[in-house]
Amino acid sequence: MAFASVPARAGSQRDPAILRRRMAGFGLLSPALLLMVLMLALPVMALILMSFWTQDGFELDRTFTLENYRQLVATTDEPTIWFGIPFPFAYPVPAILMLKSLAMSLVATVAVIAVAYPMAYFMAFRITRHKALWIILITIPFWTSYLLRVFSWKIVLGFNGAINSGLKSLGLIEEPLEFLLYNPTAVVITLAHAWVAFAILPIYVSLEKIDRTLLEAASDLGDSRLKRFFRITLPLSAPGTIAASLLVFIPTVGDYVTPALVGGPGGTMIGSLVQDLFLKQNNAPLGAAVSIVMMLIIATLVSLFLWAIGYRKLRSRRA
Amino acid sequence: MLRRPDFLWVYAVVFIAFLYGPVLLMPLFSVNDGNFATFPLKGFTLRHYSSMATNTSMLLALQNSLKIAVIVSLLSTALAIPAALAITRFRLPGAAPIVSFMMLPLVIPSIVMGVALLVIILKFLGIQLSLWTVAAGHILICLPYCMSVLMSRLEGFDPSLEEASRDLGCNAWQTFVRVTLPLAMPGVISSLLMGFIISFDEFVIAFFLTGTENTLPVYLYSQLRFPNRLPGTLALGSLILIVSAVLVVLAEIIRKRGVPSGNPGDL
Repeated sequence: MAFASVPARAGSQRDPAILRRRMAGFGLLSPALLLMVLMLALPVMALILMSFWTQDGFELDRTFTLENYRQLVATTDEPTIWFGIPFPFAYPVPAILMLKSLAMSLVATVAVIAVAYPMAYFMAFRITRHKALWIILITIPFWTSYLLRVFSWKIVLGFNGAINSGLKSLGLIEEPLEFLLYNPTAVVITLAHAWVAFAILPIYVSLEKIDRTLLEAASDLGDSRLKRFFRITLPLSAPGTIAASLLVFIPTVGDYVTPALVGGPGGTMIGSLVQDLFLKQNNAPLGAAVSIVMMLIIATLVSLFLWAIGYRKLRSRRA
Repeated sequence: MLRRPDFLWVYAVVFIAFLYGPVLLMPLFSVNDGNFATFPLKGFTLRHYSSMATNTSMLLALQNSLKIAVIVSLLSTALAIPAALAITRFRLPGAAPIVSFMMLPLVIPSIVMGVALLVIILKFLGIQLSLWTVAAGHILICLPYCMSVLMSRLEGFDPSLEEASRDLGCNAWQTFVRVTLPLAMPGVISSLLMGFIISFDEFVIAFFLTGTENTLPVYLYSQLRFPNRLPGTLALGSLILIVSAVLVVLAEIIRKRGVPSGNPGDL
């Protein structure tokens, strides 16, 4: 076992020294890896297995069945209309909440990127002194309690909240504005605020990595600042920006703290349904099926998105 | 010479205000002498804080959270150090997909991890939910963060120092203790602090995996339903915010110290 790095391609692949080294490496890696397998891979498999069982009152029926999935896609002749979109399902709640969650997360993600990009740009190109200070300033909110960051919006937007009481004491309104809290907009604003700090760092890193001579070259060859931005800066920062948008989009689709605190009845999301099925309706199998379908839909959408924009090409071009 | 008014500077200041504004309302209202979080402010008081000292269920939750956070930060760092060494110092085949797998908890919605762990613990293993199951869940989400902090630290210094130690006759363990560990120490401390903060602040997984005992965030969440307990909740929330902020600043300062990194933003 040695920590010094072996020169590349020293000897053949079957060289006993290299094999020993690999064994040692995997030995060091194995405790953490084993834990991840035990606590991530196995539980997810258990969740998948559970989704093929059914709940019968307090009893768990362990016979293999597709009943839960059938329930999610069973159709009816009388579609439920939601925002003009017909959902031809007998149990339309999961499908509606899924679409709604995707839409809300998408809006939140676009908002996050739109707000985070200029800030990342500012940090990469304008800050010359105290860079570490700015990075810490951006990092702190991300590391402080998510629950509290969400709750703070309840204080801001609430019926007796900061905005309402502030406007009232200034004499601008007579009655509190009720449309501020407990709706999808409140959820989207809160999600965007809670995740924006997380999105800045990946974008900042990709901007920081841009070779400054490329920018000089573009200017020397007659590009205006705006043209230079769209032809050099934006494409070269695309990998970081895409990574940031995925890091925000994927977890927010399944969020349930935000809808629970600021969403009200109209702002529920798919995570709220999962939580409800598991903890209130005591229907873990159906909840498992909803979680699995949610993960599959997210994974499919993300893969399609990455394929459509040619993410591999983007990354290899950078390298 | 007058400086051109810079749009980006204005933007940055507004952004920071937006980022911190809502959160800072919490400490502001927590010292307000009133029972609601409303303007105009009535007067300064610390009574919401002093009443916390007699709130036994809160103190119990705090104790639970501290216990879990300490265990989680120690264990996840202890697991992450050898793993980060393996990834950065050994040319392992398949290292890239393994790292991607280990980083998965960063992108999986925590509710999915929560319910998956709940299912396997209750329905497959038949283990009672307790603070231990919460700690186990927290190690899972802390490990990727600890790994990335340690990996970037280990990549940040010259491996020839380790080679020199080997050439001068140290064995692998001596090299690790005398050279690698001291050089990696800022990363190790930062990883400990990060693990502590993540576990201390984590709500969703704790909510699913806790038994009869509360962690502090779970306790806090249960209090949010009672409007008359708002001032106490605000005071508690403010204290949690301050503690986390101090620990984050500490972790960042320690992590950055002595790293001549050309890439200051990497996580």
